[in-house]
Amino acid sequence: MLEKIWNKKPTQQVEQDRSRVFETTVLPYISSGYNLARWLTRNEQDAEDALQEASLRAWRAFDTFQPGRNGRAWFMAIVRNTCRTLRGQKQGREVEMEFEDDSQVADSWLDPEALLIREANLQLVHQALEELPFEYREIIVLRELEELSYKEIAKIVDIPLGTVMSRLSRARRELYARLCDAGGEITR
Amino acid sequence: MSCQEIRVSLDAYIDGELDVTTTLQLESHLSECDSCRRIYERYRQLHDSVRNEIRYFAAPKRLEDRIRGSVRPAGRDQNRSIWGIWFLGWRGWAIAGSVIVLAVFGTLLFQMTGRTAASEMLAEEVVSSHIRSLMANHLSDVISTDQHTVKPWFSGKLDFAPVVKDLSSKGFPLAGGRLDYIDSRPAAALVYKRHQHTINLFLWPTSESNSNPYKATIKGFNILHWTQSHMAYWAVSDLNAEELIEFAHDLEM
Repeated sequence: MLEKIWNKKPTQQVEQDRSRVFETTVLPYISSGYNLARWLTRNEQDAEDALQEASLRAWRAFDTFQPGRNGRAWFMAIVRNTCRTLRGQKQGREVEMEFEDDSQVADSWLDPEALLIREANLQLVHQALEELPFEYREIIVLRELEELSYKEIAKIVDIPLGTVMSRLSRARRELYARLCDAGGEITR
Repeated sequence: MSCQEIRVSLDAYIDGELDVTTTLQLESHLSECDSCRRIYERYRQLHDSVRNEIRYFAAPKRLEDRIRGSVRPAGRDQNRSIWGIWFLGWRGWAIAGSVIVLAVFGTLLFQMTGRTAASEMLAEEVVSSHIRSLMANHLSDVISTDQHTVKPWFSGKLDFAPVVKDLSSKGFPLAGGRLDYIDSRPAAALVYKRHQHTINLFLWPTSESNSNPYKATIKGFNILHWTQSHMAYWAVSDLNAEELIEFAHDLEM
C-alpha cells in the first residue's frame, strides 16, 4: 500500500540512473586513469590517492558531463588535473626539471651516422621516462600507452592541437636522447 | 617539402595523424631522399621498440573496488537512518536486517555529527508542539473541516502556501489549522482527526530533496517524517503507527 509513495520519489530514481551512467561511462577507465596517475606521481600510494580523489571529483561533477561525450577523455582530464594539484602541493619536496615548451633538444643523435640503441630495455626506458618533465611524461603516456588521438590529448591536456604535435615530438626526442646517453650506445 | 619539414612531421606521420595531402608529400619525399628515409627508418624502429618497453600499470583490484563502492548512492540512506528511526523502505521488512546493519554503521559514522542532533532535536520539538497544542486547548486558530477555508486562512500569515487536503473520505477528517513556530521558522500545523485521536501535521519549506518517510516514537507518540516537493512534513499523533502511515499515504495520493 505504501508502494505508491516511494514510486513517486524522483530524486532516488535520478540518483540511481546517474550512478548507472557513471558506472558505464567513467568507471571502465579506472585502469587508464591509474596508469596515467602512476606515471605522473611516480609512486603507488600517490597514484591511488590521486585516482580516488579524481573519481570523487568526477562523481561530484558528473552532472556537467554531457551524455554521449567521451567519458574516457573527460575522466583522464580530471585525473591529470588532480595529479597536477597533488604535484603542486608536494613541490619543494622534490626537484624537477624546469619545463619549457620550446626547449630545443639536440637531435644530433638522430644523425644517420649515429648508432641506434640495439635493445630498448625495460629498466632503462622506465627510468628515462620517469626523469622527463611532467608535461613530457603525460603526453607520452597518453599517446604510447593509451593510444589516444592528438585531438583527445589536446582536450585532456588543454592545449592546441599544434602544441600536442610539437610537444609530443620534443618529448620523444628528449626520451630517446636520454636512452641513448644512458645506454652509451650512441657515438657522436 | 624540405628535409627540415620532414623531420618535424615524422612523429605525426608515425602516429597516422598527418592529413592526406601532407602524407602523400612526405611519402614522395622519403622515396626520393635517402638521408631522410634512413632517419625515418631509425626513428620508427626506435619508436616501436621504446613503446613496447613502457610499462603499463594496471589499477590494483582493491582500489577499483573502493572507487566503485564510493560512488553508489547508498550514502544517503545510511545518513538518514541514523537517528534511531526505522527506515521504511519499499523493500519493506524483508531487508530489515541490512537496514539495521546500515543504521549501526551509520550511527558509528555519524553519531557525532550535528545533523543527527538536529534531527533528534527537531523530532522532540515537533512532539512538544503537539503536546502543547492539546494541553493549552489551542489546537486550532481556524476551526473548519473545509480545506477551502483552512488554506486561505494561512495566506498572509506564512511565506508559503501549505497544501491542505481533506481526507474525511479516508477516515481522517480535517479539523482545522494554526500557526506554529518550529525549527526557528513559522510552520503550518494542520489538525486531522481519527476517531478520538488528534493528528498534528506540521509542514514548512526546506531545501532538502525528497525523502522516504521515517518513523520514530518519542514519549509514546508516533512520528512520521518525510520530505516532498521541498516541503518538510512531520506527522505526530497518539494514533498507532500503522494508521499514521496510512494517513501519510493518503496524504501523498
